[in-house]
Formats: sequence, C-alpha cells, structure tokens
Amino acid sequence: MLLRLSSCFSAVLVLGSALAAPARAQVPVIGLITKTSTNPFFVKMREGAEAAAKVAGARLLTGSGRGDGDNAGQVTAMENMVAAGARVILITVSDAKAIVPSIRKARARGVLVIALDSPTDPMDATDAFLGTDNYQAGILIGRYARAALGARPARIVTLDLLPGHPVGAQRHNGFLAGMGLVAPAATANTLGKPDEVVCMADSYGDQAKGQTGMENCLQRIPDVTVVYTVNEPSAAGAARALKVAGKDKTVILVTVDGGCQGVRDVAAGAIAATAQQYPVRMAELGVQAGVTFVKTGKKPSGYTDTGVALIAARSVKGVESRDVQAGLASCFGNK
Amino acid sequence: MATAVPSAPAPNPPARLTLRERLPSIGTLGPFVALLLACAFFATRHERFLTGENFALVLQQVMVVGVIAIGQTLVILTAGIDLSCGMVMALGGVVMARLATSMGIPAPAAIAAGIGVTTLFGAVNGLLVTRIRLPPFIVTLGTLNIAFAATQLYSDAQTITEVPPVMVALGNTFPVAGTRVVYGVVLMLVLYLLAAVILRQTAAGRHVYAVGNNPEATRLLGIDTSRVLLAVYTLAGALYGVAALLSVARTGVGDPNAGQTENLDAITAVVLGGTSLFGGRGLLLGSLVGALIVGVFRNGLTLMGVSSVYQVLVTGVLVILAVATDQLSRREGR
Repeated sequence: MLLRLSSCFSAVLVLGSALAAPARAQVPVIGLITKTSTNPFFVKMREGAEAAAKVAGARLLTGSGRGDGDNAGQVTAMENMVAAGARVILITVSDAKAIVPSIRKARARGVLVIALDSPTDPMDATDAFLGTDNYQAGILIGRYARAALGARPARIVTLDLLPGHPVGAQRHNGFLAGMGLVAPAATANTLGKPDEVVCMADSYGDQAKGQTGMENCLQRIPDVTVVYTVNEPSAAGAARALKVAGKDKTVILVTVDGGCQGVRDVAAGAIAATAQQYPVRMAELGVQAGVTFVKTGKKPSGYTDTGVALIAARSVKGVESRDVQAGLASCFGNK
Repeated sequence: MATAVPSAPAPNPPARLTLRERLPSIGTLGPFVALLLACAFFATRHERFLTGENFALVLQQVMVVGVIAIGQTLVILTAGIDLSCGMVMALGGVVMARLATSMGIPAPAAIAAGIGVTTLFGAVNGLLVTRIRLPPFIVTLGTLNIAFAATQLYSDAQTITEVPPVMVALGNTFPVAGTRVVYGVVLMLVLYLLAAVILRQTAAGRHVYAVGNNPEATRLLGIDTSRVLLAVYTLAGALYGVAALLSVARTGVGDPNAGQTENLDAITAVVLGGTSLFGGRGLLLGSLVGALIVGVFRNGLTLMGVSSVYQVLVTGVLVILAVATDQLSRREGR
C-alpha cells in the first residue's frame, strides 16, 4: 500500500513539474512498471533502465504493483504515468490478460507500450515484447542434464511453477526437449509428461514449497537422478531436501534464473546448472526503443530475444557453458 | 468462576440437551475421522505411505503452519481472525536471521529478538482491537501489509543464507524406533499439549471461550474481556515467532518471501479442525488434525502421482463441509 501510494505521489509530482516547464517538453518521458518494487530481478531491471535513460537523456518514471498478480496496482501506475506525460510505457505484466484493456486505452492515446520479461495475452496487445526465451532456457539446462547424466537412466522430478502459467510450461517443456525427450511445442501451455518424468509437483516458485515437493517426490521415487525446478528459490528448497536425504552428490539439479544467490548455489555445488536471464538488457533495449520512438516516431514491433546463457561450475562435454565468475558478473541481487 | 462462564459444560437437564450435545461431538470427531479415512485410503494406494518415515515427513512439513494455527485458534476462539500471522512470521524469521548473520549477534539473542518483534506485532493487534475497538479483520489486514513491507525493507528483499547452526538446530533429527524425527515436530506437539491443557483446565483458558461465546455476558460476570483479548493476540504473536524459528530451521534460510499463504493455510487448518469461525467453540487439537489433513493429502497424492491441484480441490470441499457442520449444529442448538 505504502509502495503504491508513493508511486502515485511521485507521478503527481512529475505531472506538476511537467506542467510548470512546457519549454522542456522535448525530453522523452518513459514509464517503467514492474511486478514488484522489491524483487531483485526488477530492482536490477530498474537500475538498468535508469542508467539507459541517463545516457539517452530521457526522464524515467517508475512504479509497480504490490506483488505478483496485482493487476490493479499496475493499471493505476500506468494511468498516472500517462497523465504525467509519459509517451512510452515499459511494463512487466503481472496478469497477461487483465492488463490488456488498460494497455489498449494507453495505446489509443498514442503511447508506445512495450512488454518486458513476459508477454501479454494476446502478445500483439503491446507494440513489442522484449524478454527471455524461456523455452530456450529450458533447452540449455536440459542438454546439460542429459550430458551430465551419461549412461545413467533418466528418472526425472520436475518442480513446476503453478498450473496454467505459460512461463512455467515453456521452461518445463524446453527442459524436456533439451533432455531429448518427447516434449510439447514452445507455444504449448500444458506440461509434457513423458515416462521418464516420474514425479511432478507445483512449487509456486517458493523455497519452502519446493522443499516440500521434493521431499514428497523422494518418498515416491527414491532413485531419482535428475531434478528440474522452475526457478532458483525452489531449487534451493529441492537442494536442501536432497541433502537431508543424502542424495545431493548423485542427483543432477538444474534450474533457471541467474540471480546472484542462485549462481552462488551453483558455485557451492547445490545446483548443477542454471540458465541466466538478463533483466538489464530488457530495460536497455526498452529505453532505447522508447527514445527512438519519441524522437523519430518509429515503433518497434514483434518479439526480441534478450538472451539466455548456461551457467555451470563444471562444464560437460558437448555443451557450451559459462563459469560461475561470468555468472556472478551479470547476476541480479546482492553480490 | 470458571463454572459460571456460559460456555462451560453445565449440569443442565439431560432431556433437552441430547441433540445439542450430540451434534457438536460429531463436529469434534469429524476431522479425526476424515484424517483416518484419508490415511486408510492412501495406505491402500502406496506401500510407502504407511511408514514411520513418511509420517515423520508429513509432520515436519506441517510444523510451521501447525504452530501458527495454535495462535490462530486462540484468536478465532475469541470470534476474531488474524490475517497478519504469515507475514509477521516472515518478519520474525528475517529479523532473527539478519541479526545473527550480518549483525553478528549471538544466535540465542537474535532468536529472542525475532520472537520479540512478532510478539510486539501481536500486542499491537490486540491493542487496536481492544482500545480503539477496530474489527480484527481490518486491524490484521493493516498489520499484514505493514509486516510485509517491513520484511522486504529490512531484508532488502534478499534471502538470508549462512544462518548459524544453533538457529537451525530444531531442523535436526533424532531417531525414534528407526525413524528420523525433527526436533521442531516435538516442540510443536509440546506446544499443542500445553495450550490444550491451559484452554481446557484453567480459568484463563475458559475465559477465552467465554469472550468468543458472549462478550457482553462475560463482561457482566466481571471478567476483563479486553485483557483476555490483548493476552490472546500477544500470545499469538509470540507463537508466530516460534513458527518463524521453525521455518528458518526447516529451510535453513531467512526467506523474505515466506509466509505468503500461511494466513489462509492456518485459518484452513483451524476450520478443518472444527473450530467455529463465530468464536467460543472448538478443540485446539482439531487444528493440528486440520493441518495434518492438508499435509496428508499433499503427500499422499504426490505418492500416487496425482497432480497437487487435487489437494487444493479436496481442501476446498472439506473446508465447506466443516463450516456447514458447524453452522447446522449451531442452528439446531438454538
């Protein structure tokens, strides 16, 4: 609540100063709306946007919802920013469908809207989308797990996000494809379950829930060889359950994100490999596209992949990976 | 004094009471029966379900929400509700972990400080409910937000790792007949027994029921209802601190994102356990059973290889059944 109030307040202040100084109207005003203002991924994204705005001579407004799923908070922030004169909105949508009418309203007023990190549903509700290819992220860690497994049988546990979430499905299915198993296409929103996947649980991306899911799966399948988790907090929970069960040395645990804590877990051997995302790149490309639009009227379109890289402490033959130092150099969160 | 309280079992004429007495007892036994039926079902589905190791696991998975549910039961017995419990727990966990790591304060002192913070939050809830007479729903909705923001700000939204061994000692195990049991589970069971005895056997415990049953009558009997309420909310806060310690011990970290669903999880456990949301009626041990029902379904369905969404579905059905039973027995009782 406090957070939302402060973002309203800052928008009002900006509105005041914009009205007071019409002569400086040529400075491009860009609004960045994140899911939360505290999650390290979005903090890093905001820092990247601030730096890019400074370089480009643009003014950046920032706002966020209160938490994952707070659509109303994002709508309020967007309305305030448009009222404050923002010509460009960069947004990481909390609710891919619910935000669409508000985005349409902003675009009808001539505002350029770019989705960062996750797309809207339908994707063409925004002018462009910049983000990680989550299916590709899954493929990278799947290939790594396949190579690290060698001749051992694949007995896989997946700790997924939550039912019906496209990012969770893309990472899961990409992982299966990377493992060389039967997998749904990148556009599918259902989780593939070939015979090699012996246990699945929903972690909601949460450490404690990931731990509970892993413990229960170990009860069902004690001889698991590979564990995939949707993100690093859930991987940390799984690693703890594996350690308690004395299986941390034999089970290959792979995940996605590239936060500093996750990379440190890779360095410590708790996680075998992670696929790193680049929030700063999303922000930079977004701000640059926004400035170009304000100055020339040229709009970006379609999907731009902001890249993903495999980070592993121990490289395996035939799979390209970066080491922990490289991962720490570009991670998000406290180093 | 205790016998004068409206909710205390009074020696009334038996003829009028047969129906009244029987229905609540079904309400009390219901959760136990549901748990037994669920266990029997899963035992036939998977041979590993009925092992000591698996039961120890389910117990350790419900210990955090189990201890929160003790505090929540006390609050609900007074016809209140505490939405802030999970967030207050997260704050307590982050405070103790951060003090012990980056501040270098000895673990026991850090733990005490963490529990102190949660107790303070409980006291604030209690003061707002009693002194300013705000509805508990609104008060705890407010403190939920405050505790969430404080947790994020204090931890910088970062998970706190490398907590000292003393702080995770309750997550260690000891052998019982060949099964490894977590110390935290023992602490949870001791707290349940202690709280149950206090609620049933002491005047203070009976006052908690009385305040929930009929605050006006209780006040007219000369009981300071404000003091009872303040004590309940404060004690609940202290219990959330213990839950915070258990959470740190279980996950091995101070997690700023912990506790997001624990308020509704705890209320679910209390309601499944047969405690009336209208206050004044319920059995504390029922809340433990309620928490175990959720844990057993989550574990059993995973063992069967069934999606955990079905556990959510079953929980929803059982919650409605439990509240319906309570409502019907209440109507019959009039």
